[in-house]
Amino acid sequence: MPSFGFSVQPPQHIDLDKNYRAIFDFIKENEPSFQRCIYCGSCGATCSAGNFSQMSLRKVNLLISRGQISEVKNLIDNCLLCGKCQLVCPRNVNTRKVILLIHKALKMPLS
Amino acid sequence: MKFDWFVVPFLAGLTFVFGFCGIKFYRCIRQLSRGEKLMLKKHVFSRSLWLSVKEIFSESLLHRKIFRTHPLLGYMHASLAFGWFLLIVLGNVEVKFYSEYSVNPPYVPIFLNYFEPVTAPNFFGRGFRFLMDLLLLVILSGVALAYFKRFNSRRFGMQRTTQHHFLDRIAIISLWCIFPARLLAESLSAAIYHNGSFLTNTLSKWLSALPVESMLYPAWWGYSIVLGAFFFTLPFSRYMHIPTEVLLIILRNAGIRSHYFGHPYQEVDTFSCSRCGICIDACQLAAVGNSVQPVYYLRSLRYQKPHENLTENCLLCGRCVEACPVGIFSTDIRRHERTLGHEMCNTHYAFKYQLKNNTPIEVLYFAGCMTHLVPAIKKSMTSILDHSGYSWRMLDADEEICCGRPLLLAGQITAANKVIMHTRSLIENSHAQLLVTSCPICFKTFSENYRLSIPVVHHSQFINMLQQEHRIPVHRRNISVKYHDPCELGRGMHVYNEPRSVINRIAHLQPNVHEKAKSLCCGGSLGNTYIDMETKLQLADQALQQMEVQSADYLITACPLCLKTFSSVSPIAVKDIAELAAESIKDTIVPFVKVIEENKSATFAEK
Amino acid sequence: MPRIAVIGGGIAGMEAAIRLSNLNFEVDIIEKSFSLGGNVNNWHVLFPDHSPARLLIDQLKNQLRDKVNILLGTEVVRTEYNNQQYILHLSDGTRLTFDAIVITTGFKVFPAQRKEEYGYSIYPNVITSAQLEELFQSEKPIHTADHRMANRIAFIHCVGSRDDKIGNRYCSKVCCVTAVKQAMEVAQRNPGSEIFLFYMDLRMYDRHFEDLYFQAQTQYGIRFVRGRLSEVSEKSDARLYLKLEDTLLGKPLRLTVDLLVLMVGMEPADNSPQLANLFSIPVGTDRFIQPENFHLYKNRTSRPGVFVAGCASGPKSIGETLADARSAAFEVYNFFNNN
Repeated sequence: MPSFGFSVQPPQHIDLDKNYRAIFDFIKENEPSFQRCIYCGSCGATCSAGNFSQMSLRKVNLLISRGQISEVKNLIDNCLLCGKCQLVCPRNVNTRKVILLIHKALKMPLS
Repeated sequence: MKFDWFVVPFLAGLTFVFGFCGIKFYRCIRQLSRGEKLMLKKHVFSRSLWLSVKEIFSESLLHRKIFRTHPLLGYMHASLAFGWFLLIVLGNVEVKFYSEYSVNPPYVPIFLNYFEPVTAPNFFGRGFRFLMDLLLLVILSGVALAYFKRFNSRRFGMQRTTQHHFLDRIAIISLWCIFPARLLAESLSAAIYHNGSFLTNTLSKWLSALPVESMLYPAWWGYSIVLGAFFFTLPFSRYMHIPTEVLLIILRNAGIRSHYFGHPYQEVDTFSCSRCGICIDACQLAAVGNSVQPVYYLRSLRYQKPHENLTENCLLCGRCVEACPVGIFSTDIRRHERTLGHEMCNTHYAFKYQLKNNTPIEVLYFAGCMTHLVPAIKKSMTSILDHSGYSWRMLDADEEICCGRPLLLAGQITAANKVIMHTRSLIENSHAQLLVTSCPICFKTFSENYRLSIPVVHHSQFINMLQQEHRIPVHRRNISVKYHDPCELGRGMHVYNEPRSVINRIAHLQPNVHEKAKSLCCGGSLGNTYIDMETKLQLADQALQQMEVQSADYLITACPLCLKTFSSVSPIAVKDIAELAAESIKDTIVPFVKVIEENKSATFAEK
Repeated sequence: MPRIAVIGGGIAGMEAAIRLSNLNFEVDIIEKSFSLGGNVNNWHVLFPDHSPARLLIDQLKNQLRDKVNILLGTEVVRTEYNNQQYILHLSDGTRLTFDAIVITTGFKVFPAQRKEEYGYSIYPNVITSAQLEELFQSEKPIHTADHRMANRIAFIHCVGSRDDKIGNRYCSKVCCVTAVKQAMEVAQRNPGSEIFLFYMDLRMYDRHFEDLYFQAQTQYGIRFVRGRLSEVSEKSDARLYLKLEDTLLGKPLRLTVDLLVLMVGMEPADNSPQLANLFSIPVGTDRFIQPENFHLYKNRTSRPGVFVAGCASGPKSIGETLADARSAAFEVYNFFNNN
């Protein structure tokens, strides 16, 4: 099945053969605690921005892990940086730093 | 007119310093806005200038704040600064005494001993020489202490000192050489002309064995060269703080502050750092191995070295600003720098939250997003507000909204302004007369950034008011507590006394060395995006140990973030001040455990 | 005849004592509370077969009768080692000499007030699974703190377990299946009620556990949601308003319930670290006692003659605990007969 590239028309399946790991690797290098996430959803449950948007850090982390970057910007732009997610994470992920790194990565031309 | 070629290095250096500083200061002042220039004029041409002069005297010369840190450290700095100042002043006075001219070239007072080798044989002549020798001795003792401080800083009350780099080492060596050079030249002079006093005469006797006549002229050259070297390196080293501090004090007292990164006040701030290193001990991150203190940050700013982690890795707690003897607002600079290249949060918040209820009420309560993670505070405030007799409503009961400060602290000012505009409209449309909030972070931003039409208070101030007006009852409890001043409430908003009044009515408040402006940061900090949770908890643990909380029954704090951070690692229970006040109104909840016990006994009775 | 001290009179201690005395050792049980049976005393029926906990304890007590020396209300305050014997100084002032020790101090439940955002001990309708189990002792319907019938109940998994913020990274193993069991018991007592289980994972690891899950879904209509609870607040009628995320759907979830049950995990018993210290045996980073290894020598510790069994060395189900206790008894036997 032809794939038109994730920025034009996202394929309907997640292709782990072509998994785009550049952003994940960038964040992992600068904040290794990012790797510990178990996608439990404590962050999304407490997210202040989750009240008025689709934002949930769990979802964002999962999308980055699976290489589905196109949906990330719209979600992460709603983050208020309030820090509640960091206070509830059971794996002690440094969530605020991860979010700022994601913002940075989205602006960089990572290959 | 008196002149000799050996004064040229000194004169050249002096001209260079004056020229450099003159141009630099002129540029800084020129870059100020019109309003700021007006403020400066108002300050300089009025009686308030006296405040600046007093401060220059007591801080730049006498270093009173450093004396309070540690007396020996204060003496070391003061002896050099004030001693040298007096030496120059006295030199100028002495010249008037000897010279027939009313105006003399600037090198004459410095090298007076060369140009007027014969002391006037009267009381004043000998008196001046005595005073000059005394001052020289004081300065030399300061230099000796400064040298010893390099090896044993603990005796000076400093656990850690600045790690200097190459340029600063050159400057410090030339500074330390100046006074021994002067001593040598004057002692040699004394050996020949017997024009010294207790110090120089004594030394001259030891030197008399040497060929003093041939050594004298080179000694004066040496003194001049060392002075010249110092002056030439001054504008590029830490000693630039000597002239810049004077300008800083005047600007600061005129009310000028930096409002954005690159503001001229920031430049003055950056150059005023003397790299004394007192901020290192004040910074709690130093104890966990982070060299991010203002001394290093301002240095990398000044020499334009890359330093991203220095900007990000700061708790913004303000302890360094509190400790700084010069009064540099380094946290403001960091905050402003974070706004650069960081406008990444290009947000388009589609706020859906609408006010469900806007009937006029007296008190609007804003819990704050962190407070929702500590329900004990919410429950306590609900109880207190119910008892207060005021009509009230909670703004963020169902859907939390943020005050916007976390975005501000991370430098995302565009996004922050959007959030502020939205939350502000919710507050204004609620038709309340007073806004009460439980979170000091929200409190600071409501007060400084929101320009609300109604007054805003922190809940500790509100509870104090209620207790004073006898709107809520107070029952004393037989417990002994310690109070922790949150950074944003204490150093941030200067609210120190109201929480203490509340606590003192209910319990016995134990003394705490680290209190008020000197309180420790819990580590929770929304200002630091760099360190991880484990490091934050380490800071919390260290803070608790330093506060010696074990001696109390409870640790009381007034911030939900402090409470959440401390309670993970605290050996004693941590409570918010609202909980303390609510518990003293009445017994709060009948625990469900009791209900089970009643059920159980009922069951067994049936059997 | 060698004399063995069994420290802890829960089911592990009782079973170990019974087996040891059957092997002709002289056994003393040292128990800090005033009854035998430990935590199982508080349970109503046990998974997977709903057999009564009371029955198990009575069976164990019957087998113990007259064979073993039982010291209730007593703790070990000091130890000495002399001539390959352990001298224990007890809290009642006596000194007893033993040839081997079996530590069966078990566990205590996680104190849920440490997870402050869940509102335990602040909101009366937030209770722990241990408290719910006590309510099961009567067969009456489950009521809220203000004596209303509970029609909507939520169970939260992993409270105090799998949580680095609390400092307990480990999984407490049995709470998932306990939650399913308790959910069904509530459904039996409160017919027509809506019951939700909010989990991170469903650890149904042993025989018949998946059958319980199946039964819960099909027979009782229990609703399973993969998601975490972040905050609890109280409405004016003392009902609880919960904020969670439905992670499979990826959306925030809100609901109002009458009762919130926190599935609290296991932590080592209060006196366990002190005891480990007295015998100079190591504990792991999770604070449970460290066995010599995890395969062949699960009941031995680093100290010869000191053995461990039951939940003192990590969370276990009741069946596993009893098997572990028997294994420890046999290790003690080997200790004296293979020297």
